[in-house]
Amino acid sequence: MLTVENLHAWYDHSHIIQGISLTVNTGEIVSVIGRNGAGKTTTLRTVMGLVAKRKGRVGFDDQGDILMESTHARYHHGLGYVPEDRRIVPALTVRENLRLGLVASALKGQEEAVIDRIAETFPRLKERLNQVAETMSGGEQQMLAIARATASEPKMIMLDEPSEGIMPVLVDEMFDLFIRLKDQGTTILLVEQNVERALGISDRAYIMDQGVIVHEAPAADLLENKEIQDRYCSV
Amino acid sequence: MSGITPDLLALQLFTGLALGSVFVLLAVGLSLIFGLLTVVNFAHGAFYMVGAYVGVFLLGLTGNFWISLVFAPILVGTLGLAVERFLVRPLYGRGIDYPLLLTFGLGLVLVELVRILYGLEGVPFDTPPLLRGAVDIGIGYFPLYRLFLIAVTALLVLALWLFIERTSYGLIIRAGARDPEIVRVLGVDISRVWLIVFAIGTGVAGLAGILSAPMRSVIPDMGSTVLVEAFVVTVVGGMGSLIGAVVAGLLVGVVVAFTSLFWPDFSDLSMFVLMAAVLLIRPQGLFGQKGLMG
Repeated sequence: MLTVENLHAWYDHSHIIQGISLTVNTGEIVSVIGRNGAGKTTTLRTVMGLVAKRKGRVGFDDQGDILMESTHARYHHGLGYVPEDRRIVPALTVRENLRLGLVASALKGQEEAVIDRIAETFPRLKERLNQVAETMSGGEQQMLAIARATASEPKMIMLDEPSEGIMPVLVDEMFDLFIRLKDQGTTILLVEQNVERALGISDRAYIMDQGVIVHEAPAADLLENKEIQDRYCSV
Repeated sequence: MSGITPDLLALQLFTGLALGSVFVLLAVGLSLIFGLLTVVNFAHGAFYMVGAYVGVFLLGLTGNFWISLVFAPILVGTLGLAVERFLVRPLYGRGIDYPLLLTFGLGLVLVELVRILYGLEGVPFDTPPLLRGAVDIGIGYFPLYRLFLIAVTALLVLALWLFIERTSYGLIIRAGARDPEIVRVLGVDISRVWLIVFAIGTGVAGLAGILSAPMRSVIPDMGSTVLVEAFVVTVVGGMGSLIGAVVAGLLVGVVVAFTSLFWPDFSDLSMFVLMAAVLLIRPQGLFGQKGLMG
């Protein structure tokens, strides 16, 4: 589904991503873990086309190399993205935020039906559809961001630290949701600080440190390998 | 204070609203363009002036005010479209001062071009026959054309409000003003939205130009004072706010109208005093969001 080869990215003059390669196969959940500042967020942003200075190859689905394509084109190829700190539009209602996830989609004509379906999947959003988004709790806002990104039924979704700052009961709900998304055929690339939770639902994982990938393994193996976890993931 | 009757005050209020209508039309476009594109459009006054001259041209060509009124804003908006696409767009991402300087220069160029084509002297623009004279509005006689101006402004603001609040495109505009990146992530080609918003904003400035033509003299410089007034209104209302532009536009119009009634010497200054007062109490403007410039 996603093949990243020798990817580099820069912010101004700092070389953040220094030649990483990773693969996400169709139907997998793959995690990228590592310390703060390892380059995980920049990796996702580069794959989404949001970092101006980038080099390498990003193969997606049957699209060939999409490295230099615009961000909105990637959405239309079926690549969804939930950025760090959620980025819901605070002044809009929950419903309007969800509509925003559909305005450019082929499903735009069935807006009402899609929102009804989302309301079933996300009971917390159902009763808050007409509430202004910023009045919800952090966890609910995160649910909204995920619902918005998946409304258009992307083939693959990238999530950047979805569990950050969210109360545990909602984190459980969220990880259950990821498993359901996977069962429905959505491919997932997950960046997480919550290493055990992430590995628990992942097929494979990559460990990043200082802009490069230092380790790749099946998630189950990594979950047991405390030494590697301690070396690259402990604060 | 002899001769100041309640009816006179009420009439002056209407005069202020008519004056304010032009401010509203200008500030709406200026504010929309800033709110979404973070472009401080210093050519806004020039687009207004071009609107008046395109009106003069079309009126000469067709002899019909109504055709001119419809097509002048469309032509000015088309000019705005070209300006955004070919001049402003290459400057995105370089900071707020680049488009500011560009539009400032563009304004000067447009004024000079019109001077070359039409000369320095003002050109006449007759009030259309249907809108001449005054009507009794219950409190006294008021020029029909100014009522028309208020009505057109009200209709346009209503249409814009419906567009922004009730359509999918408006949803994109509202979200894009807050977070253009997430709008791109959700599949929207934001540069097309910016193009259209720039065209709408400049087109409405052109509309203000042709609407003002029968009341003010049509001269190449007519945009420069109006630009200052439009900025005052935008600052008072809050950059990027549609409601702010409407409320502040009418407020400034009424304040100017009343000061010119009571203290004529003070009338040019009054809007700046109002602006200073608003800035002292609410630096982001009446309806502005804090930190929008940051």
